Amino acid sequence: MKATSDRKTWQITDYIVLIVLSTAFTFFTKTVALAQGPTPTDDEVNRIAKQLYCPVCESTPLDVCPTEACRQWRDVIRTMLAEGKSEEEIKQYFVQQYGARVLAEPPNRLVSYLVPAVAILLGAFMLFRGFRMWMKPSKTESSLEGATREAKPVQDPYIAKLEEELKKQK
Amino acid sequence: MTESTISAPRRGVPIWVQIIIWVFLVGLLAIVAMGLNRAQQGTVQPGQVIENFTLPLYSSYELDGKSEINIQELRGKVVVINFWASWCKPCEQEAAELQAAWKEYEATGQVVFLGVDYVDTEPEARVYLKKFGITYANGPDLATRISQYFRIKGVPETYFIDQNGVLQYVQVGPFTSIDQIRAQIDPLLK
Repeated sequence: MKATSDRKTWQITDYIVLIVLSTAFTFFTKTVALAQGPTPTDDEVNRIAKQLYCPVCESTPLDVCPTEACRQWRDVIRTMLAEGKSEEEIKQYFVQQYGARVLAEPPNRLVSYLVPAVAILLGAFMLFRGFRMWMKPSKTESSLEGATREAKPVQDPYIAKLEEELKKQK
Repeated sequence: MTESTISAPRRGVPIWVQIIIWVFLVGLLAIVAMGLNRAQQGTVQPGQVIENFTLPLYSSYELDGKSEINIQELRGKVVVINFWASWCKPCEQEAAELQAAWKEYEATGQVVFLGVDYVDTEPEARVYLKKFGITYANGPDLATRISQYFRIKGVPETYFIDQNGVLQYVQVGPFTSIDQIRAQIDPLLK
């Protein structure tokens, strides 16, 4: 019984580790820098712009943001593309100038996605354990109940005598 | 049978694993709470000592020949920090007043004006500075570190810091006259 319980516990832990590792592996991919022509088109500019967010207009990607600040940023992208800068170089420039929060995808993706993922998994695991313990009594309690039932015939002689006296009074 | 069942209670997750899990979850909640608390705070409040920060300066807009300044080096002087941007229309309303005020106090050597260019591009910023004839020290808010420290809510915003590095007044929005600027600087010079 004990061995089965341990095995179950380890199986749950193994699943958690497996999910965490696979999540981490998924986010280890790298973006490819593409070479640009001398006259960048709007599509080329927007391909990079949609990966950026101006801090002034939060929640609006740069490629569709209508403000003057965003128009200026798109001009900077266009100029840098014309200079032959790669996508990564342009994004790096914006991070240096305005901070990592301008990126649609956080720079440290492993930490950014892994920490919430681990927290959710741990929370789910704790909830699962909590509900399971709440829904049915623990093995220890069950065992104790069983033990009490089985131990009934071998009662204390004083209790047996007391019960006998009670029966007589009835 | 009975004895063996009683003496072998079920083993769950080890206590140290449970402690780690709870510490992790509580830590995560604390981080979220701190973030929410910070988001609800307003700008830095008067009375607070301003910590040191470095502002790189645009060429032709240096201060005493220095291409970057540490705010602590300006202790002993009244410092006026103005957050602005070239794309900011309300900033244009006060640009002339700020420059006029700077011209008034420049000769005293007791007051320093600093322009912090928020989320802007240098070419556009230079056009703006030239357009309004601004001559006081100006530089970009790299990685928005300075604006995050002051927790600005937008531009323009202006912060008046006394000779001891203590913030004395915050102007949210543009000044409408040079008198408004004088009204904040003059008491600090007495």
